[in-house]
Amino acid sequence: MILVKSLAGKPWVWSFLGALLVWLATIAFTGGYGAGGMVTAALSLAVFTVIVGVGQMFVITLGPGNVDLSLPANIGLASAVAMKVMAGSDSMIVVGLLAALACGAAIGAVNYLLIWALRIPPIIATLSASFIIQSIDISYGRGLQIKPPPGFADFTNWQILGVPVLALLTVLFTIGAAIAMQRMIYGRSVLAIGQNIRAAWLAGVNVGRIRFLTYTLSGALGGIDGALLAGYFRGANVDIGNEYLLASIAVVVIGGTSVAGGKANVPGVWGAALFLVLLLTMLNTFGVSAGVRLLLTGLIIVGVITAAGGEKAVR
Amino acid sequence: MPEGNADIIGLSGAEKHFGAANVDIIRLDGAEKHFGAVRALGGVDFHVGPGECVGLVGHNGAGKSTLMHMVAGTLAPDSGKIGVHGGIEDNYSVSRAQKLGIRCVFQELSLCPNLSVAENTRINHAALSGLGWRRRAATLITAKLDEIFPDHGISAWDIVGDLSIGRRQMVEVARAFTVTQDRLDLVILDEPTSSLDAHTAGQLLAFVRRFVAAGKSCILISHVLGEVLRNADRIVVMRDGKVVVADAANAFDRDRLVTAMGGAEAHRGTMTETTKAEAGPLRVRARPARQADGKELVARAGEIIGLAGLAGHGQTDLLLAIFAAAQRIRPGIEVTAPVALVAGDRQSDGIFPQWSIAENIGIRSLARLRNGLLISPQREAELAAFWQQKIGIRTPDMNNNIFSLSGGNQQKALFARALGSDAEIVLMDDPMRGVDIGTKLEVYDLVREEARNGRTFLWYTTETEELDNCDHIYVFKNGRIVANLTRDELTEEKIIQSSFGDAA
Amino acid sequence: MTAASLDTTAKTSAERGALARARLLRGLLPALSLALVLLAIAWLNPRAISYFGFSLMLNLAIPIALATIAQMFVIAGNELDLSIGTFVGFVGCVTATWLKDAPLIGVVILLGSIGIYALLGALIHLRNLPSIVVTLGMSFVWQGLAILVLPKPGGKAPDWLLAIMSFKPPFIPFPIIAALLIGLVVHFGLMRTSYGVILRGSGGNPAALKRAGWSLLRTKIVLFALAGLFGVLSGMALIGITTSADANIGNGYTLLAIAGVILGGGEFVGGRVSPIGAVIGALTLALAASPLLTFMHIPPDWQVAANGAILIIVLAARVLISRKER
Repeated sequence: MILVKSLAGKPWVWSFLGALLVWLATIAFTGGYGAGGMVTAALSLAVFTVIVGVGQMFVITLGPGNVDLSLPANIGLASAVAMKVMAGSDSMIVVGLLAALACGAAIGAVNYLLIWALRIPPIIATLSASFIIQSIDISYGRGLQIKPPPGFADFTNWQILGVPVLALLTVLFTIGAAIAMQRMIYGRSVLAIGQNIRAAWLAGVNVGRIRFLTYTLSGALGGIDGALLAGYFRGANVDIGNEYLLASIAVVVIGGTSVAGGKANVPGVWGAALFLVLLLTMLNTFGVSAGVRLLLTGLIIVGVITAAGGEKAVR
Repeated sequence: MPEGNADIIGLSGAEKHFGAANVDIIRLDGAEKHFGAVRALGGVDFHVGPGECVGLVGHNGAGKSTLMHMVAGTLAPDSGKIGVHGGIEDNYSVSRAQKLGIRCVFQELSLCPNLSVAENTRINHAALSGLGWRRRAATLITAKLDEIFPDHGISAWDIVGDLSIGRRQMVEVARAFTVTQDRLDLVILDEPTSSLDAHTAGQLLAFVRRFVAAGKSCILISHVLGEVLRNADRIVVMRDGKVVVADAANAFDRDRLVTAMGGAEAHRGTMTETTKAEAGPLRVRARPARQADGKELVARAGEIIGLAGLAGHGQTDLLLAIFAAAQRIRPGIEVTAPVALVAGDRQSDGIFPQWSIAENIGIRSLARLRNGLLISPQREAELAAFWQQKIGIRTPDMNNNIFSLSGGNQQKALFARALGSDAEIVLMDDPMRGVDIGTKLEVYDLVREEARNGRTFLWYTTETEELDNCDHIYVFKNGRIVANLTRDELTEEKIIQSSFGDAA
Repeated sequence: MTAASLDTTAKTSAERGALARARLLRGLLPALSLALVLLAIAWLNPRAISYFGFSLMLNLAIPIALATIAQMFVIAGNELDLSIGTFVGFVGCVTATWLKDAPLIGVVILLGSIGIYALLGALIHLRNLPSIVVTLGMSFVWQGLAILVLPKPGGKAPDWLLAIMSFKPPFIPFPIIAALLIGLVVHFGLMRTSYGVILRGSGGNPAALKRAGWSLLRTKIVLFALAGLFGVLSGMALIGITTSADANIGNGYTLLAIAGVILGGGEFVGGRVSPIGAVIGALTLALAASPLLTFMHIPPDWQVAANGAILIIVLAARVLISRKER
């Protein structure tokens, strides 16, 4: 019942449709050449956007003004931490991953601490935090040339029948996130806070704890993402997370999550991430210049959101 | 106040007679309106003559608001005619209504909280522009406030968001009566006293009488039937999207009104049960933050405690403090059981607009609805179904969005949220604001029943009649408890005396 | 010393109307933040408090202030513009190329881009779109256009623009005068005129405004067009200072402008904004982001962090002040 309802005319359907169209347009251009490989590559790359996108989605669902702008800096620092802890040794992979996770979670916790203690809008809090994290990363990661352990690099690139294993794991993770959002007290509380924070408090929701958990979760996912990116691209660097600021927000919103809060959409994050990655692939295949590529990307984002239309304003 | 009123009523009677030859200010013939499959209005004839105050009563969902939106020009009828000052209006709209001298004070406040009182006045008057508009706006609104609420204490440069809800309503009302270039003939007052205390409400109603006596007209919508009976010249009763009775006000009494509205029976012994045996265990002991003497609020299991006094004198603050104290220990407040709160301001404190009725009810009880780690949809539906039946929420499907309900039924859902929870203490923050009388009576019964089963209720209300349901009443003034009355001692005079007089 | 005097003012006024006090303090907070940063500078390097020092430190204050004002108009209507930075960059590229080489075409392009801003406002209103996403998309568009206009850093500002921006009035450095002027003009327009009330009201309670017969489409178009106008001014001012352009020159301005509005006491929803506050917020940020940091011998690695830290310290001070007030 709920599934049928959500399938009918939900905004996230558009994102998958868009991804499909872009893919078809690309293979029409190449005459079918590389159709499968393109999907594999898109899945591999989309994973990184999906992981931070889910974290960003939980944050954005907390309501107007909630957004995590510290993700790029967070990813950068965590990638450096992971590489340093792993130190190129296969035996340290798990420890390195945990270190990246802890680093990210700590950043998320600090974000919420700033929001709570200074009572400032999250945009500003996470922005100021990201400045500081960036500096720590520059200072800590200076001249860092450590390669990921071979086992870890292989793992992040591992494919079974053309399907990246990391993508499969991420699908499982997103299913878990969807269940947490709709069926667990935590998710329900996030949705309640997003709709009306005062009403949520008066209905007995522990607003402070839920918001703390959400920012910590977003930070932790950023941390993991940093480690995985460093594995996939074989090395950490300060700018590794830069594109994920806009990308993480874009996939959340194109995926049908309400920026007004209180309404989340997990499958849409996947659709939107695939859409964006395939769009980039398409424009590269067409061989357009950087300027045109950016221009078209922007126009298509605006076009898609206009076509999908805004949600009806709730009184 | 009563003597003054009588005088004005007499005057206006003469005025009405004199003005009877004039054409109606507004006349609707056979107005119909459908929202999807729902018929909101089914062929209503309605008119307001000059120099009369028309009372409009009916349950929530009877079609009063829809009708008034048509009069104000915010809604167009599907069929039927609208005539103003004797001329047929084909393209009737808000701006047209403004031009023709028809204004409306809507139930939801329509002030901009970020603007000052004077700036809010500007929004309704296109004429307030050009050089010196700020000064003119300030003079205009201040004069009107002085006229209606002599001791209002509002400055034209106060930012509306900083004012209490009662003062905001005063500004809202005063703004509707300000005149610049357009004429002013008819003002619709939709629940104008819902956030006002008895004193200011009296001032407003006295002003309405003066306004009508001067040959202008008013439509007064109120759930406080006494207000309508005392102040209207003619009363129109609506039910199920139709006008069922329209007659001179003196042809009605309370019973006839209630019967015409088709609500629950008019008279119901509010004090059916005899006094409680002995007091149960202590549930709440709280001292308001500004209390200087030793007075404190004490509530025991099975008690219904009333919080009375003028609106905004610290009752809500104390309820919120008790609510917070249940989560984290606070000095001066002792709470011994789980607490739930029923909000009075549904939109800002209660409703989750994206959710279904069932989800809105379940949110307070999530921990109990779990099956392992996950919330069980089945248990959630059971909880909702139980309370739908018990409290009578009128809807075909509890999975519908909460806004598919009428206001009274939304409030019932909030009651279900609190009563369906594990809370032993239920705080009620003037929850019956703007709720129809049928719903009220049903909820009163339920509250008393729950109290008999051992629940404790702390009930802040602005309607003195509701205090009859309480075992014990604390009267508040300036954030302090000034009187402590048992039900036997309770009279309206006593409350008014304590609210206005010095702390005894 | 300042803390003590603050304390006493808070206490003596405690008796007076709480309303007026809250409003006054709300208005004063941005100025106090600026004073705080200035005090820190004076303490660290007294020589910086001079005509030359301010001219240097506030070098980029004018474009930042203009971009902040642009963002403020959008925020006043409960929207957010994530594209203002790349828009400033685009304008910069046009200014350094077309506006110099073919002024007429340059002017047409810039007016056209303001028109696009107005259209965006209309689109967002008519289709009820989340402005964050639309402007996110537009940020790619402007950046793409900027690269197309000026693929490599370069170009040159028109001479008249250079002349304006290098104006050196006596006694008071130009950036301060300009900022004051910008703040006052916008304050008058938005806070004092009768249509300014309508614009702010559209953020405070749109439903009420509509009910009173005002067009929300029009208010949104006006607000976005004003944002576009000030974006154009910001881009031009920026090129007047830097003399040449680069497609990425404005990228940092999106976040700076948002931070400036908030530092200036604005709020994201509810139409609560303050033009003078926004300009002060922009000045505070300009100081924090300026060569000031090299005065203080902060190693380059930690310059960004110092920015963030200043932002946090200023906001923390604000919280302390308003807590004391309560």
